[in-house]
Amino acid sequence: MTHLIVFLFFGALCVAGAVNLLIQRHPINSALSLVVVMASLAVEYLLLGAEFVAAVQVIVYAGAVMVLFVFVIMLLNAGEEERTKGSRVAWLFGVPGVLVGSVLVGWVLIERTGSQTVSAGALPGAPRTIGWLLFHNFLLPFEVTSILVLIAIMGAVVLASHPDADQGKKEG
Amino acid sequence: MTPDLHLWLIPVLPLLGAALNGLFGKNFSRQTVAGVALSFSGAAFAMVLFVAFRFSSLSMPHVEFLAPWIRAGKFQVDFSFYLDQLSLVMLLVVTGVGFLIHFYAVGYMWEEGGFYRFFTYLNLFMFFMLTLVLASNYLLMFIGWEGVGLASYLLIGFWFTKVSAAAAGKKAFIVNRVGDFGFLIALFLLIKHFGSLNFDQVFQSVIPMGAETGAAGLLTAVGLLLMVGAAGKSAQIPLYVWLPDAMEGPTPVSALIHAATMVTAGVYMVSRSHVIFERAPMALTVVAIIGTLTALFAATIGITQTDIKKVLAYSTISQLGYMFMACGVGAFSAGIFHLMTHAFFKGLLFLAAGSVIHAVSGEQDMRQMGGLRTKIPWTFWTMTIATFAIAGIPPFAGFFSKDEILWRAYQVSWVYWFIGLFTAFVTSFYMFRLWFMTFFGEYRGTAESHEDSAHDLAHDDTRAGAPAPHGHGHGGIHESPWVMVVPLVVLAFLSLSGGWIGVPGSLGGSNHFDKFLGPVFHSTIAAGAEGHGLAAPPRKETEGPEPQTGHATELIFTGISVFAGLLGFFLAWQLYYRNPQLPQQIAAGLGTLYNAVVHKYYIDELYATLFVKPLIAGSALILWHGIDQDVIDASVDNGAHGANEVSDSIRHMQSGNLRSYAGWVAAGAAAVIAYMVWMGTR
Amino acid sequence: MVPISYYLILSGILFACGVTGFLIKRNIISIFMSIELMLNGVNLSFVAFAAQWHALSGQIFVFFVMVVAAAETAVGLAIIIAVYRTRETLNVDQVDLLKL
Repeated sequence: MTHLIVFLFFGALCVAGAVNLLIQRHPINSALSLVVVMASLAVEYLLLGAEFVAAVQVIVYAGAVMVLFVFVIMLLNAGEEERTKGSRVAWLFGVPGVLVGSVLVGWVLIERTGSQTVSAGALPGAPRTIGWLLFHNFLLPFEVTSILVLIAIMGAVVLASHPDADQGKKEG
Repeated sequence: MTPDLHLWLIPVLPLLGAALNGLFGKNFSRQTVAGVALSFSGAAFAMVLFVAFRFSSLSMPHVEFLAPWIRAGKFQVDFSFYLDQLSLVMLLVVTGVGFLIHFYAVGYMWEEGGFYRFFTYLNLFMFFMLTLVLASNYLLMFIGWEGVGLASYLLIGFWFTKVSAAAAGKKAFIVNRVGDFGFLIALFLLIKHFGSLNFDQVFQSVIPMGAETGAAGLLTAVGLLLMVGAAGKSAQIPLYVWLPDAMEGPTPVSALIHAATMVTAGVYMVSRSHVIFERAPMALTVVAIIGTLTALFAATIGITQTDIKKVLAYSTISQLGYMFMACGVGAFSAGIFHLMTHAFFKGLLFLAAGSVIHAVSGEQDMRQMGGLRTKIPWTFWTMTIATFAIAGIPPFAGFFSKDEILWRAYQVSWVYWFIGLFTAFVTSFYMFRLWFMTFFGEYRGTAESHEDSAHDLAHDDTRAGAPAPHGHGHGGIHESPWVMVVPLVVLAFLSLSGGWIGVPGSLGGSNHFDKFLGPVFHSTIAAGAEGHGLAAPPRKETEGPEPQTGHATELIFTGISVFAGLLGFFLAWQLYYRNPQLPQQIAAGLGTLYNAVVHKYYIDELYATLFVKPLIAGSALILWHGIDQDVIDASVDNGAHGANEVSDSIRHMQSGNLRSYAGWVAAGAAAVIAYMVWMGTR
Repeated sequence: MVPISYYLILSGILFACGVTGFLIKRNIISIFMSIELMLNGVNLSFVAFAAQWHALSGQIFVFFVMVVAAAETAVGLAIIIAVYRTRETLNVDQVDLLKL
């Protein structure tokens, strides 16, 4: 019973955060709503028994990615959104398309799963097990993603570096 | 076994000449071109003479098989040649007169451009005409038939830069085609009912059939349709309109094609098919009526024409009418006899007219001529002989042939005879009118001074676009060179003596000509099948041997026709020599009637309104605008236009706007998901 | 005892919100954040299914998704900074040089 109540509470929080992200005009408000969403999601993970994932969610997503977002927003001094000419296609086709698609998918999934239930803490989410899996069955993806992160770092540095700074460095 | 005569050489030799001149003539000198043309056509003539010498040793008919052509089940048509007395007569006329005209043309065309092209076409014409005459089946004959039409078109429009010449060539070809349509349907009927087009086979099948009564029947249909073709080719009513316009071509062309040979192809074809016609009395009557009417009709127009070549053109139509009248009353050999003498004197008349035109530097209007007899004596004397021949004055050639036709016509119906007699009077009148206007009186033209050939009074053949008008600025009237005079003399001799082989019994002769053609026309296919019962229908108009009785009557009629000829001479003498101001007064007095005749009874205008204009309008409206533009062009245009429109509308997808891209992606993904869900639930 | 479908519905809602945000928002950074939202929604459904089938590999996958998302965020934001430097605007409608 408590499982359900907790789930519903944090689920509602998620949805509220998501909707707020859509509604807000200033990107910083959207960013903060996204943080709220991520935190609630971490709780949901916990409910499912995936402790490691929940922890990583908070640390990486909420802690690093969102910080990066806020940092960039501040750096670029993004103001409120202006009203510009939108895209008719996006409104006419995109939004209804999304709604239709998600409704369909949801309906299918619900039919398939029916009334199967999940109990709280169903997953064995011990970090030890996960670590073992990572370095045994999923070693290759693990290594590849580390290279990916390396490349991303280099790319980000190059892309974001100030052009004057580079020239200055060369001359200097 | 009949000896192999190599008949195929006769048409092929001129074809070789045409090929040689056509392919290489551009680089030959004029002498070489003339040499090639003359030697090949002369060789054909020599070949014919050779065949003629061997003729009596052959069995008739002599068929020479060359190569198979169409073998379609039971229907079979081959390249093979057919020689009998009728073919031999035609061959002699075509190659003999043809060679003389080639000779003359060398002189006439010497100063003209396109010399090699002219002789290529002329030799080509000889090839087709000889194929037509020698063919042993209707299909090969039809090839020759079409081919001479083509050669005629090419030669009429020889000076193709001149609009009127090109138009005349087109007119000739198109009117011919109308006739050919009838010919073709006749061929189809023959194939359907007799399963063959070979003369031998068709005639063998036809002979046992009885004479058809009434106006309908297979043989009547075939006969009428063949007559349609003959009317087109031989310029009879209603398809004669092309021949006067054909005078746009050079004069040797008019002489060869439109007097001596091509226009006689219709007469030849009808005579060759006499077996069919004799069993279809209705068709035969139609032939006679058409021939008679045409003879009279054309003669009346000839009275009023002022262009010397036009007079001769209408005269040709009229004389062809006589030939068809002869065939129509069953006197086929008389028709062929007149064909032969007509080739002589009409060919001579045209060549001499060409000589006259050459002398007066291109002028063709007789009103600008006059008093030429002292200046161009050779031309004068030869043309005189020809004029007497055509007027039917004995002992010249035309008298015997025309007289025989009139006598045989009288035996069928006095109406034919009377119209023929009246036409003979008119013929004599307009020919002597031409003679007097051209050669007598005072010279009314301007060629004594430096020529000015812009006289468009004669409306045709001024050749304004050609390099030099046909007088090449010698100044002064001069006799033609010997190259042109020699053929005139030869033809004059033939016009004088050509009739003597057909002197009828009433005048003491034994009509060798009729006897010679006897085996062709009197019996069935010679060599064998004698007339059994129905084979030779016993009617008055049968082609039979000369009746031995009634010489006195015949002599009376002969006298009457000679009188008619002399009457024409007398009238022309009065009107055009003694009182030259009378014709104007008479014409003024007759008013509208004269106008109608001068304008050729407005037949050309009638055809234009009835056929030509609606056809052109219909073509422009339906075929051009309706189908070509609105359907074919439009479909292509609209295809391109549609592709343009589609791509134009699609390109708006690429707007550079990120959100619209995302919108498309989302919509597309939704569609795919929907499809998969739908598939999953099926 | 929560039915698995609840988790899936929640995941679907998050995903739909993410896509809608992508389509509606004009600020590049907001669009980027909608992408993150989508990824989160997907992560949730991964974990939910992992819980249902008792398959640990579901969590591993979430792990990798997070890593890739982080890398993508880094690079994407760097690009946004570069675009801002040249275009002086964060409005996605004004960055349409690729149109025909």
